[in-house]
Amino acid sequence: MTTAVPGPMEAAAVVRRSASDRVLHERRLGLWLSAPAFIVMIAVTAYPLAYAVVMSLYQYRLTDPAGRSFIGLQNYATVLTDPIWWSAVLTTFVITAISVAVELVLGFCFAWVMYRIIRGRSIVRTSILVPYGIITVVSAFVFRYSFQADSGFVNSWFNLGTFNWFGQRWSSLFVITFSEIWKTTPFISLLLLAGLVQVPYDLQEAAQVDGASAWQRLWRVTLPNMKAAIMVAVLFRTLDAWRIFDNPFIMTAGANGTETLSILAYRQNVTLVNLGAGSAVSVLLFLSVLLIAFIFVKGFRTDLSQVRGGQ
Amino acid sequence: MEGRKTSHWWTFWGVVILLWAAFPLVWMFSTSFKDPNTFREGGSAFWPSAWTWENYRTVFSDELFTSALRNSAGIALIATGLSVVVAMFAAYAIARLEFRGKRLMLSMALAIAMFPVAALVGPLFNMWRGLGIYDTWIGLIIPYLTFALPLSIWTMSAFFRQIPWEMEQAAQVDGATAWQAFRKVIVPLAAPGVFTTAILTFFFCWNEFLLATSLTSTNAARTVPAALSFFTGASQFQSPVTAIMAASIVVTIPVVVLVLLFQRRIVAGLTAGAVKG
Repeated sequence: MTTAVPGPMEAAAVVRRSASDRVLHERRLGLWLSAPAFIVMIAVTAYPLAYAVVMSLYQYRLTDPAGRSFIGLQNYATVLTDPIWWSAVLTTFVITAISVAVELVLGFCFAWVMYRIIRGRSIVRTSILVPYGIITVVSAFVFRYSFQADSGFVNSWFNLGTFNWFGQRWSSLFVITFSEIWKTTPFISLLLLAGLVQVPYDLQEAAQVDGASAWQRLWRVTLPNMKAAIMVAVLFRTLDAWRIFDNPFIMTAGANGTETLSILAYRQNVTLVNLGAGSAVSVLLFLSVLLIAFIFVKGFRTDLSQVRGGQ
Repeated sequence: MEGRKTSHWWTFWGVVILLWAAFPLVWMFSTSFKDPNTFREGGSAFWPSAWTWENYRTVFSDELFTSALRNSAGIALIATGLSVVVAMFAAYAIARLEFRGKRLMLSMALAIAMFPVAALVGPLFNMWRGLGIYDTWIGLIIPYLTFALPLSIWTMSAFFRQIPWEMEQAAQVDGATAWQAFRKVIVPLAAPGVFTTAILTFFFCWNEFLLATSLTSTNAARTVPAALSFFTGASQFQSPVTAIMAASIVVTIPVVVLVLLFQRRIVAGLTAGAVKG
């Protein structure tokens, strides 16, 4: 027989080569398939952001293109020493902190009800999706007109006469935050529900057998086992609330100290076409989001590999 | 241990959630049927004193609203279609293939999902004017595609990961061609995930306001959320409240219909890939 029987060394080499061929092919296919998504995402975020960084170093108004000149970091100094910026930071911070805290508690209660309810489970889940799906501008109008003294029912129900909710800062922020909570609690409650159903039932049962009260079981068993889901939900909602725009824009358009960072960026760039200082606001807004994400990941050890899509 | 009593208790709280979610909608519905000239009389009662279709006639005879409805539907559907197709390739790669750059891809999708869109309106506003796509459909479709992609990629890759891909080979062993195995086995398994992703993406595009109001200036591309913020009612002497509520009811109908039809899938889409199982 002259058929060449490959020795053990050669066979291994053949196997290795075809294996590495496959790995190579897989790598190349993976890159090709994800390239379109990658390019679209980069083109519309990284490039404009770089553009904003460059713009922020110039004095530049669209109404006065000839007056464009390089001024270094002066725009940042102007923005950071302006009380308008710090007022926007405070407003955004208050809305974010209160809405996320309330939504976490409320969302957990909702998740718990959805987890335990037997009759009407699908009706509750359906109803909770309506605030999630509704246009934010629409819900902002509904809340605005409900609280407005002349068109709404709130004042007459609570005997508030002609109290103008949108006449001062804190009552305006109350309505804005309330509307935000109504709209986004469903999302957080569904994320928490997903975490809740993953808490092993045996653990609950074992704790109960050991004589733990319902309250102890909640704090010692359920919540610690949901930590990943809770942190991810809080991180998502915090960053989402931090860029809040629709609700305050529709309700007050930023009047009476209710201007958020996103409204400030919008007003500087689009309304006043003050592209130099506006770009500085944009860059600072971006940096503040990075800072928050950094605090969550390093400070609170939020494990982002637990997030959607991570492996 | 689970008595009938506690079961009733949970049902009661379920009803509370239902009321909480539906209440603003009921008021929106009621107000949309109030008389625009007289609804303020009588201490703004909850229900209309006389029901009227006038507000619906007003919004449908207003070019601002009807063109916004067209723009919203067109832009949202096109952006959703494109986003789902582009994301499908990426999600397949992420769920099924090993390649360098996969982690980068996922981290970037995450970063863009959290990106402050307001930081981009200035540069985009300026760039779009230069490119001549300011106030056009394409000028909104491009950024919508970008910001919808992360959601689409995550949701779909989570769905794709649950597909029993061995069945494809099993079908081929049973004599099916590669194409048959893909079309008859994989497509039916993947379709629900793709469809659910499309619904979530559509909600995002239908809802978007900041870019819509920054990158449009006329009826040519202004979408519903942006148009609503400009709406002034039948005449400048009339309060726009009731007409805006009528317009709101009209644009909420698609959302409610989708939610009613696909509740189970939407919940699965929002949660399946949310946290690692």
